Amino acid sequence: MKNPLIFSLVFSFLVLGLAYPASTAESPPSKGGVLPALNLTTPKNPVEKGYLGLTGEGLFKIPQIKTKVVIVEIFSMYCPFCQKDAPKVNELYNAIENHPELKNKIKMIGIGAGNSSYEVEVFKKTYSVPFPLFSDKDFAIHKACGEVRTPYYMIVRINDDGSHQIMHAQLGGFQGAEQFLELVISTTGLK
Amino acid sequence: MAIKIRTHLFWILWSLSFLAFCSMAYGLSDAFKENIYKVGDLKSIDSVPKLKIGDRAPQFSLPSVSGETISLSQYRGAKNIALSFVPAAWTPVCSDQWPGYNLIKDIFDKNDAVLLGITVDNIPTLFAWTNQMGKLWFPVLSDFWPHGKTAKKYGVLRSNGVSERALFVIDKKGIIRYIDVHDINKRPLLEDLVTALEGLKK
Repeated sequence: MKNPLIFSLVFSFLVLGLAYPASTAESPPSKGGVLPALNLTTPKNPVEKGYLGLTGEGLFKIPQIKTKVVIVEIFSMYCPFCQKDAPKVNELYNAIENHPELKNKIKMIGIGAGNSSYEVEVFKKTYSVPFPLFSDKDFAIHKACGEVRTPYYMIVRINDDGSHQIMHAQLGGFQGAEQFLELVISTTGLK
Repeated sequence: MAIKIRTHLFWILWSLSFLAFCSMAYGLSDAFKENIYKVGDLKSIDSVPKLKIGDRAPQFSLPSVSGETISLSQYRGAKNIALSFVPAAWTPVCSDQWPGYNLIKDIFDKNDAVLLGITVDNIPTLFAWTNQMGKLWFPVLSDFWPHGKTAKKYGVLRSNGVSERALFVIDKKGIIRYIDVHDINKRPLLEDLVTALEGLKK
């Protein structure tokens, strides 16, 4: 590049171009909207992989999960409220899995904001979390979700054509398994 | 020519500073609601190291939130120690660090170790702040007065009077076996501390 000014400008914009996709969304995903493009790593554990109805390896997006509704929890093992909610969230999972009509229609996942795989495993082991948890070590997903405080719960409906919609989102305030399940059913029209 | 160079440098520095700003991210629990003071992106480390691995850990006696005075010497010959200095109460990152350590008491027990949390805040502030974290199993010590005396002994007192985000692992003989003076803007990885604790057996 002969002109040094053009070089410095191109360099600057390249830097900005690299930075921008990872920059922070203005607000968290909310009711009526769609999820940001979140890439998660397909679990190696065959039980978790089977639970989500995934095949193959590599990355997947939440709407690829073989189900009608996905409950997404953005959490952190460092977050006291996430720790406090964990047993109640497990109860929600059990209530779904023990319900013959809902079992295959609702799936749950957790995303550990800023948590390494090791930190996610500590949380999973401490609270015996039965559903798949994913690491977001570099805060990439957390940023794409507007750096939302934790825990953040989303109810996402997956449509037959592969599209999806957020039917409900809430920061904290997890009242209990029964109430949340009723909320899932009423907001998504399941059953 | 000089002006041209300055102009180019301006653009490059501007874009790099924007990149640095974009990388500033931290998780924040809703447990603290709107009570966390946003400090922005800080100079990663702002102190001069005084200690190295193999040095004898400087002694201290500090008041704890629970009312006892805790001295390093009381653990000599009995327990390994992890000292966790965090910069200040009610700030990002710090507020989401000790609650994680609260989950791994079993790992400390397995490695015959105790954790001591230290900040330069006074006791009432630490009381209110740590209450938001749930019940902590480890002592939280106040290095408030003489201000930051212990942080200074450990070479982790920053120029504005808060401490670095730093971890020291000290063995039963009182020897420093691990030091991580971390970028103040980031939380140290839990596995690094665990590896250091497990390394004490070697």
